[in-house]
Amino acid sequence: MPTETMNGAQLLLRALTDQGVDTVFGYPGGAVLPIYDELFKQNSIRHILVRQEGGAVHAAEGYARSTGKTGVVLVTSGPGATNAVTGLTDALMDSIPIVCLTGQVPTHLIGNDAFQEADTTGITRPCTKHNYLVKSVNDVSRVVHEAFYVAKSGRPGPVVIDLPKDVLFAQGPYTPPPAAGKEHKNYRPRVKGDAHAIEQAVALMAKAKKPVFYCGGGVVNSGPRAAALLTELVKLTGFPITLTLMGLGAYPASDKQFLGMLGMHGLYEANWAMHDCDVMICIGARFDDRVTGRLDAFSPKSKKIHVDIDPSSINKNVRVDIPIVGDCGLVLEDMLKAWKAQKAQPDKKALGEWWRQIGEWRARNCLAYKPSKETVKPQFALERLYHHIKDKDFYVTTEVGQHQMWAAQFLKFEQPNRWMTSGGLGTMGYGLPAALGVQIAHPDALVIDVAGEASILMNIQEMSTIAQYRLPVKVFILNNEYMGMVRQWQELLHGGRYAESYMESLPDFVKLAEAFGAVGLRAEKPGDVDGLIREMIKVKKPVIADVRVDKAENCFPMIPSGKAHYEMILGDEAGKPGEQKVSEEGMVLV
Amino acid sequence: MSKDQKTIRHTFSVLTDNEPGVAARIIGLFSGRGYNIDSMTVAEVDPEKNLSRFTIVTTGTEMVLEQIRHQLERLVSSRAVKDLTADGPHLERELALIKVAGKDAKRIEALRLADVFRARVVDSSLESFVFEVTGSTEKVNAFINLMKELGIVEIARTGVAAMSRGAKGM
Repeated sequence: MPTETMNGAQLLLRALTDQGVDTVFGYPGGAVLPIYDELFKQNSIRHILVRQEGGAVHAAEGYARSTGKTGVVLVTSGPGATNAVTGLTDALMDSIPIVCLTGQVPTHLIGNDAFQEADTTGITRPCTKHNYLVKSVNDVSRVVHEAFYVAKSGRPGPVVIDLPKDVLFAQGPYTPPPAAGKEHKNYRPRVKGDAHAIEQAVALMAKAKKPVFYCGGGVVNSGPRAAALLTELVKLTGFPITLTLMGLGAYPASDKQFLGMLGMHGLYEANWAMHDCDVMICIGARFDDRVTGRLDAFSPKSKKIHVDIDPSSINKNVRVDIPIVGDCGLVLEDMLKAWKAQKAQPDKKALGEWWRQIGEWRARNCLAYKPSKETVKPQFALERLYHHIKDKDFYVTTEVGQHQMWAAQFLKFEQPNRWMTSGGLGTMGYGLPAALGVQIAHPDALVIDVAGEASILMNIQEMSTIAQYRLPVKVFILNNEYMGMVRQWQELLHGGRYAESYMESLPDFVKLAEAFGAVGLRAEKPGDVDGLIREMIKVKKPVIADVRVDKAENCFPMIPSGKAHYEMILGDEAGKPGEQKVSEEGMVLV
Repeated sequence: MSKDQKTIRHTFSVLTDNEPGVAARIIGLFSGRGYNIDSMTVAEVDPEKNLSRFTIVTTGTEMVLEQIRHQLERLVSSRAVKDLTADGPHLERELALIKVAGKDAKRIEALRLADVFRARVVDSSLESFVFEVTGSTEKVNAFINLMKELGIVEIARTGVAAMSRGAKGM
């Protein structure tokens, strides 16, 4: 029986420590003062003070995504909790494990419209994997342990623990973390794939003539071992592989079997391979609308194998032939075993023909762009960035928009957990706080936020956090003075009427950097870019690099909304504003 | 209409922890994902194990119904989910209270019909009856349709409670 009693705030910190938490991203306020008082008295948990609660969640996401650990957030009641909602939704969509502690008004005031009261469990119910309102101090430590288990097991996601202030002051007993297998009374997601289905899948793969691996964030979430096993299986089979935006790094990008990213702004060869394949092996991806394009024309000739830890991801958008529920790493391990046990020999001749076809698609060189001596092409800027960072220990985060897609196309990731981007929710303002979270976890690494000038302003206040903790985060802005992706869609779909997508009255980013104690750099001509990048990497301080890029450049390839993979448009084929044919049905899609 | 688009009615049983917010989670799941709830009933069924049981009647395409089952299973508070319609023969019952007001012949006719449907009179005044009728949704509908002619004042229905036939439990 537990004998120690402590107050709720002490119980909370003890439970966090026992869960191995070393960093908390947060912002204080009235309802969480007892927790901050206890934080003040100890040294094992480091608190990172952000400048807005939304930033705290994104920072925790960056921390979690780059370490494989659970990110922890601490915010106050009311506005503290509501500001966290975007980050929580982001983490839910991208399956990032987060435990978010929110303050709450004392239990006797709940429901009375008290100062800084919000129905936090009500508001966060649809944007968390699970949430708790702790009404008794006796439950504090048990709920914290359970929350960490729920956040990390199965398909990971954010969990909110709402803590009324009186509970934080009350005395109660401490419950240590439960033994393995007893973390939760009934929540035990299936992690081991069905052996029979795995054998069937491998048999189907062995007979394939035009196979393709299509893998995603699930492999990254499963851990580095899953990525290593995936690489082994892909090598063993000799099949081509494409990765989703969330999956980049799960397979080494420099390898010749890698076709690049697929989807709306994916590579020509990747999308065509998906369209023409006869066997699709989907591992840890979810047939998202950005990947499939028009559903009724999606990969019409293929048999589909789908490995996912979340049964609700299977047969949600696309009917598959062999569903396998389980953890990507464990299933990959079993697939490798089955492949070796069956002594599977891929059809070399058919595969050779398939690779020849892929070679033809590759020869289209779909990422080609028109170089310029006058203006900096955003693609050029990213090529140069990659050239200078590729041999370093680097991590990249992004904001959302054109720059994000170009970064996904032009930067190459050899390992998982190096690429942090807001995929599902598409949250502008994600990249800067995420980068600060990554830098906290990896103090000596080179952490770059590839940004647009519009996105960066959405959470620019976090420059102040970066300054406070002397984090050498590099913000690499591709500044085209437009909300580039909005402008691109207006060009393609709305007759070139650029309603509100022009960024007027932009700040002087060099002076802005200086105002935050960072270094500001600017490049206006292609000739300036290398020097800017070298300087940015060299200075041991945070940097905002304002790279003035071509204002009119569009991101290609592109599968317009409502179109299929084979209807992809390429840069050199793209017409003038207003001339693209997008059906009315396509226009209503996002 | 293709097989993929045809909507069918299914009845689900869901065992959950009896804790605050579970009903909100289930209702939120249905409304957030655009699924239909034709009826939903819930009550605690095992105070010792702290279990509640939901019976949810819904309509959707085959793919949507499969999604509904997986989404219900995915809730951290859910212990067991059963698609009764898919899993074999099952029973469905609901209870309705129906207030009928009328005089003379209509009053007598109401009583006679109630007898046919084995509805009980649970309240009566000189101008009214309240009938209690139990049965499948179809039977309750049929009784209400007949009573419409005879002066229905108001109706209260519980929605469906259901379980599988045979010796096995959930």
